[in-house]
Amino acid sequence: MNEATLAQTPTEEDATQRAMLRPVQLALYLAGVILAFMAIAPLFWMLSMSLKPSNEVFDTNLIPRRPTLASFVYVFTQVDFARYLLNTFFVSAAVTIIALILHSMAAYALARLRFPGRDAIFLAMFATFLISQPVIIVPLFILARALHMLDSYAGLIIPSIFNAFGIFLLRQFYLAIPRELEEAALIDGAGYFRIWFSIILPLSRPIMSALAILFFLANWNSFLWPLTITSNQDLWMVQVAIASFRQQYNGSWNYVMAASTVVALPTIVMFVIFQKRIIESIKTTGIK
Amino acid sequence: MQDHTAETSGGAHHGAPSIDRGPRLSNLARERIAGYLFIAPDAIGLMIFVGGPMILSLSLGFFSVSGFGEYTFVGLDNYRRMLGDPLFWRSLQVTLLYVVALVPLLYVVGLGLALLVQTDSRFNGAIRTLLFMPQTVSLVVVALVWQVLVIDKIGLFNQWGAAFGVGSISWLGDPRFALGTVIAISVWFLMGFYMLIFLGGLQDIPKEYYEAARIDGAGPVQSFFQITLPLLRPTSFFVLLVSTVTAVCGSQTFDLIYIMTKGGPANSTSLVIFYIYQQAFQFNEYGYAAAMASVLVVVLMAITVLMFVLTQGGRFAHE
Repeated sequence: MNEATLAQTPTEEDATQRAMLRPVQLALYLAGVILAFMAIAPLFWMLSMSLKPSNEVFDTNLIPRRPTLASFVYVFTQVDFARYLLNTFFVSAAVTIIALILHSMAAYALARLRFPGRDAIFLAMFATFLISQPVIIVPLFILARALHMLDSYAGLIIPSIFNAFGIFLLRQFYLAIPRELEEAALIDGAGYFRIWFSIILPLSRPIMSALAILFFLANWNSFLWPLTITSNQDLWMVQVAIASFRQQYNGSWNYVMAASTVVALPTIVMFVIFQKRIIESIKTTGIK
Repeated sequence: MQDHTAETSGGAHHGAPSIDRGPRLSNLARERIAGYLFIAPDAIGLMIFVGGPMILSLSLGFFSVSGFGEYTFVGLDNYRRMLGDPLFWRSLQVTLLYVVALVPLLYVVGLGLALLVQTDSRFNGAIRTLLFMPQTVSLVVVALVWQVLVIDKIGLFNQWGAAFGVGSISWLGDPRFALGTVIAISVWFLMGFYMLIFLGGLQDIPKEYYEAARIDGAGPVQSFFQITLPLLRPTSFFVLLVSTVTAVCGSQTFDLIYIMTKGGPANSTSLVIFYIYQQAFQFNEYGYAAAMASVLVVVLMAITVLMFVLTQGGRFAHE
């Protein structure tokens, strides 16, 4: 077999292999389609149930027989859902913008500037990398209470800004930028702030936009922190709102699904638009 | 003394440029000041909102905190209580079960999916996008949707089961099934992320290796075990570490449990991260919760340091 394969010219060999692989290939395609369907089917069911009248919710048909927007109307008229969406948009956007600016500055210092203690600071930042919020939620809550941040936008925004992940990726990116550009500017007498602002920042647009999407999604979807520090309903973020909505309307699943669809749709649309960028940036997250 | 060393090292690094910018020493001082100013906001923020709470958590464990915010030093009482708390031990047991089931499952499913959609084609691109889609939705929404799908008797899964003559199963209400259901939903949610991480790793393996192995007569199975797996080691390491940390204390894990089971039924899904939250915010046992959390912090710090040492700051030696 071995010798025979070797004796054949590459094209013939490829042709026979291709012929042999066809059924296998077909099976793999089929597997891909089935798995992809399994991945998104629950989301379709969510949409389907949100469009069904309450007496049809648990019927097994995916396409609603009598589709209605009544549940959506209910969600927006009976509950202050628009306000929760606005809160969430505001908080997520604020965190994203502030975090990008601060992380870019820190990453620039870590990648380029020489100052005593830099490596120690980097190590300390790295050490916070895997500390997830649930682990420190109790002291964080006590701290926020001491800083009078409970039930405030500041409390929702400020503690969410700081995480090592963004600094880390940006630093890696900046290390790969050639130094010549900055050195020329330095000789021309530009200060470090100007170099960061007019050279580094424009150069980091691709990674910044990827991070912006990831940060925005993470904050839009965050639940634990807003749940912990807001009791004032006016400050609710959407995830907290749908969680309590579910308790309030226990059993009225068409309302709960309509609210869920409203909350999930912006992130899904955002993902579909920016999928290339998101997928590429996550692929490179694994250690390089 | 410090200025002197600074000058020499500055001279060594810089070489010729910056003749017209006054004395070299002040340039170096400027670079230092700029460095500290640039890093200060993030460094201080991380110190206050991540590092600080971590340390606070360790000390808070030695106190008893009343509902009015009065602290009483109680020494090791919280830790002693932990040892005698059957629910704490139960939550550790549930967490271990969850991790031991979820981490290998995610590894196998993630790698399997990555291999399936590995070659770049329009078709595979679309499949990748769809497989990743659940990741973009919040865990609250995920938990709510799955709750409806597996609801007793009238949920879609039970109606399908009934069509095949299987009696209604209480997927989230039966202590025998609840944790398994949570694990399955976790896999469904997380698989797309790990698929992408593995795809990144697979891309880094030079195609020539496979070509050479094929000429040497290696089949696909052989080249998977001889080439793919060994060369994926850094990626595998990353995946195992991150999925373990996520399973033990990720906010995703917390959200899922909070919405779907609240730790029940019969504490069968009471993960330690949820039990800590319950003790703190349901029973106002901040001190006790902090003591349990600090046990987790110590474990996490050990894992992080280990990761840093093993990877030499995020880089593998042989790369």
